[in-house]
Amino acid sequence: MFTSAVVGLAVAVFLASFVEFVEALTIVLAMGMTRSWKSAWAGTIAALVALAAFTAAAGYALATWLPEAALQLVVGTLLLIFGLQWLRKAVLRSSGRKSLHDEAEEFREQTEAARRAGRQSRFGLDWFAFVVSFKGVFLEGVEVVFIVITFGLSAQNMPVAIVGAAAAGLLVVVVGVFAHGPLTRVPENTLKYGVGLLLATFGLFWAVEGLGVLADGHHSLDWPGGDWALLVLLAAWLLLSRVLVVALGRPAAAADPAAVGAPRVTEEV
Amino acid sequence: MRFVRGFLRFWYDFIVGDDWKIAVAVVVALAAGALAVLAGYGESAAFAPLVGLGVLATFVVALLVDVRGTR
Repeated sequence: MFTSAVVGLAVAVFLASFVEFVEALTIVLAMGMTRSWKSAWAGTIAALVALAAFTAAAGYALATWLPEAALQLVVGTLLLIFGLQWLRKAVLRSSGRKSLHDEAEEFREQTEAARRAGRQSRFGLDWFAFVVSFKGVFLEGVEVVFIVITFGLSAQNMPVAIVGAAAAGLLVVVVGVFAHGPLTRVPENTLKYGVGLLLATFGLFWAVEGLGVLADGHHSLDWPGGDWALLVLLAAWLLLSRVLVVALGRPAAAADPAAVGAPRVTEEV
Repeated sequence: MRFVRGFLRFWYDFIVGDDWKIAVAVVVALAAGALAVLAGYGESAAFAPLVGLGVLATFVVALLVDVRGTR
């Protein structure tokens, strides 16, 4: 029952969702603590409603219109791009070419922006807090939804994908309530590295299988060893990334703002 | 028009992300695999591992291009 693919699916969805939920929580907390809890909650709830509609529409469209091999090719390619973006940043961070992501710094920037923003009231809400909370939760949520849909459909196990994401969301909310602040102790950079490896692994696996849509019969192609190939791919990405970290290592220049991928507020995963 | 631009920008940022070279690397490797499938090599046992190696190789190239000049 618990094959390597199912366990990998649950772990990948849980970790990826966890990281996204932590970032969304940071934004909502910043708005709630500096502007208005009522407006921050309203923005969060509105975003969750919009996400539910987006999930239903995107899930139905993908599952209905695309044959299995084409679905694997599309979602595999997208997951591969996402995963390699995360892996790229992880390699650059580990090799000292990019600053580590800092949730406390992110919280400081958000609260500072919230304090500077003017007051505008609409529908009885602090509009700035509402819009920023809505955008933060929706944007991070779309990534979670995309990961759940793609993993769930490709592995043909939507319940495990949904449970993985829901567990991550619940954990972040519970820990956030107790911490009453941004989750600075979460090893976010390590988590992102791990998620990058998992997304790249599953993305490559499915994208190659999905290339079969171009073959006679339009059926999915097979990897030697079936699902066990996932472990080989994971090991290959891990090994390659460690080699790149060593090869590109430049610890003395970690704070050099001219370095590639130097910290930018807009560049985030 | 502003909405359309914003909509397209959102999906570009969402899919392509911060470094377009990564997306290009993936597309190039998979396009080579697609050509091999069309040429009839898709059923070969070596096909999937070779495409996998191709993706690893293009990722390395994308990263090296990224850091070029900053070493």
